[in-house]
Parts: sequence; structure tokens; C-alpha cells
Amino acid sequence: MLKDFNHIQTAHCENGITTSLLKYHGIDYMNEPLAFGIGSGLFYIHIPFMKLNNGPAIAFRTMPGAVFKRTCKSLGIDVKSKKFKDHKVAMDFLDFKLSEGIPVACQVGAFHLAYFPVEYRFHFNAHNIIVYGKDNDDYFISDPIMEKVTTLSAKELEKARFTQGIYAPKGHIYYPENVGNPDIKLLEKGIIKGIKRNVRDMLHIPGYIAGVRGIKYTSNQIRKWREKLGTRKASFYLGQIVRMQEEIGTGGGGFRYIYAAFLEQAANYLKEDKLVGISEDFTKAGDLWRSAAVQMAGIYKGRLGEQKDFEETADILLEISKTEKVAFNKLSKLKFNK
Amino acid sequence: MKKEDIPQDKSALDNFTRELYYVKNKNNKYETGLSTGWDIKKEALDNAWDEVNLRIEDAKKAVKEGRKSPIYYFMELNLMTISILSGYTGFRKFSVKRHIKPNIFNKLSDKKLSIYASNFNISIDELKNYKG
Repeated sequence: MLKDFNHIQTAHCENGITTSLLKYHGIDYMNEPLAFGIGSGLFYIHIPFMKLNNGPAIAFRTMPGAVFKRTCKSLGIDVKSKKFKDHKVAMDFLDFKLSEGIPVACQVGAFHLAYFPVEYRFHFNAHNIIVYGKDNDDYFISDPIMEKVTTLSAKELEKARFTQGIYAPKGHIYYPENVGNPDIKLLEKGIIKGIKRNVRDMLHIPGYIAGVRGIKYTSNQIRKWREKLGTRKASFYLGQIVRMQEEIGTGGGGFRYIYAAFLEQAANYLKEDKLVGISEDFTKAGDLWRSAAVQMAGIYKGRLGEQKDFEETADILLEISKTEKVAFNKLSKLKFNK
Repeated sequence: MKKEDIPQDKSALDNFTRELYYVKNKNNKYETGLSTGWDIKKEALDNAWDEVNLRIEDAKKAVKEGRKSPIYYFMELNLMTISILSGYTGFRKFSVKRHIKPNIFNKLSDKKLSIYASNFNISIDELKNYKG
């Protein structure tokens, strides 16, 4: 089985899965910012008392799987999704879909992903790839974060589909079905719905650890870290924020640039000029996140390390929280005539 | 961020891929651009590995001093936690915690040891004879 598959590189894997698979089924207008925006991908959460790789548990985007599901649903597309206990059943099902000529998405763990550089092999289970064909023992892989396609042996793929830990994939396989031909009207509706849901998640989510208030929470925590954890551990914590925010998969600036690109497109589709200005606000937020990263790097590189350096970092995060609050408030006040 | 400001630093992505950024072009519109890496985040990644290596060194010492069993060392070496190791081996977290105690480890059957060893990609002998 050798299939032609149009590999598309994106910043984030799940945006890429959504874009590639929907385009494969004929939705030509789909691209990464649209998928991310319709799926209300922008988020912020800092979960207290929980550790990820021994550092703070912070996320800059919504929960895994949500972007794909929401974007498909908005466009009236069915989502098929399956998890497995038995490894062989999971591999057989994949082979069955490929034999039907259908490319599918698989959730995999980075720790056992053979083609990843060793430096990136942490126990991170929310990576997603497309399997689009098979030749003897080799599976053809389109990994959206990569420039080119690659392959995995059956054994390697099986291992990656059954990693353990938080978000263990359990052989998770998913793909769109009955894609049909969603028209531009449906797309416009999806864009509006995506914006409204993102306003809700960032402004109105209860509690103080998520949305724009979550950024403020982290800011307050950073002021305490040096005293509470010591400079070394506090530096490591800051490094973890930078990795979550800037590592491959984010498009830079903690996904804020992808969202700004989405709003720029939304302005065109909805013929609403105000969205162009709000897009600029998110570009500014992304730039601020990157300044925060530079400041944090000064600390974990050991060039800075005084309490005032932590305070300055915290101040940037406070400014980001305000910037994003203003931007989402503007979005919430928009009146759409669709 | 502007397109011309995309960092092109050397990083662990070398020989793997360049990564995609969303950036502003000359007409102030968004487009994508590729980056080989950014020193700021390379340092964060290096820093994370320093932290991992410190934990491994601590674990080594703990085994040497008889405070922990070899399972603890190999768990840290594989970047695992009790909960991840419990997932891979099928043993309850409570049991894994017990197996990390040297006196309990010494009484473990070869069958149980082989489950640990295979998940650490080592032989039973390597596991049994690791002294720190």
C-alpha cells in the first residue's frame, strides 16, 4: 500500500492533523490558524499542586483533542475515534483503515517516538501524527511539525501508540467521516462560534488558575518561587514555562501568533475591520510572551537571579494578563450580523 | 514578531526539522516562516536535562547508600515517575513504592524483576546487580 498524501507542515500537531485530513477530504479553505480559531485553541491554565516532568503544570492551549473535535463539529463533519486495550487489535484496525485507503490520525507518546531527537524524548503523550500508508513493515508517517514525511516500523509505531503516563494514548486513532462539502456560510458561523467560546474560556472560566486570571496567578507565583524553592529550582521552573510557551509546536509566543493570524483571516471572512486591530493586540501579547522568555532565560542561564529579576518577570506576565483581557473584552463586544 | 526576526540558532532540531513560526511580513500580514532554533529555548531544554541528570545522580547515590533499590535508579534514568512506571509494569503504585525499598526488592521474584527489567530495556542481572 503506497498512497499519495499531501504533507502539510504546521506549527502544532493537532492543528496540522485537522488541516491535513480536512484538506485531504476536499475542504480547500482549511489552514492552521482557521482550525485553531474555530476550535477555540487559545488558552492558559496553571494547575497548582500538580507537577509535569517535576516542574509546574502550565498549558498555553486548550485540552488535547478539542481543536479537532470542535472544528469538525462546527463544519458538520463526523468524528470517529477509537481506543484499544489490545495492541494487536489496535494495529489491525489501523491496517484495516489504511487498506480502505483512508489516512488516519494516531495519538503517540514522544518518549518512544523513534525519529524524534533524543533531547525531545520526554514522557509527553499528546503528540499526534497521520499514518497514510504501509509498505511491508514500514508505516508512512506525516508528522505535521516536520518539514518532510517519515516512516516508522510496525514495532516502533506500536510502542509509540501505547506509551504510559498522563494522557496515555491507549492506541487512540481518529479521523473525520462524512466530510461532505461545508460551505462558506458554515465556516463563517464556525469562526464566530470559535471566537465566542474562546472569550468564554479566557474571561469567564470560574476560579483563578485559568484564562487571563491564570496568567496573573502564575505572575504571583513567580514572585514567591525564589524564596520558596531556591534559585536553582525556581530557574528550572521558569525554563519549563519557556518550553511550554516556545517549543516546537507553539508557532511562537505561546500560540498567540497563530491566534492573531486567525483573527486576521476572520476579519476577511466576516468583513469586520475591528478584528484587524484585535489581531494586532494578540501579536503584541505574543511579543510580550517572548520578552518574558528572554527575561526568564537571563535567570536560568545564571546571568540574573536576584529577587528583583523574578519581580520583573512577574511584571511582564501581569502586563500580558491585562493585554489579553483587553483583547478578549474587545472580542466579546463585537456584534456579528451572521 | 516580524519575519526577519525569526531566530536561526543552532539547536537539537538539527538534522530533524526546522520549525514553523507565524510572523508578520513586509505588508504587515501574517505568513509562516521556518526556524532552525532559538537559543533562549535551547537553554531551557538544556536546563531541563541538567535537572534530569541531577535527579539521576541523586538516585545513584541513594542506591549506593542502601536507601533505595535499583528500581528507583532505573526509573529516574528513564525519566519515569511512580505513576508512569506503574502504567508500564501493571503493578499498582503502592506496590512500586514498596519495590523501591531495598529489603523488599531483595525478596522480589525473578518474574516480577523481569517485568521491570524489560521496561527499562536491561537484563534481570543488570537490575539485580546495580550497586550505584
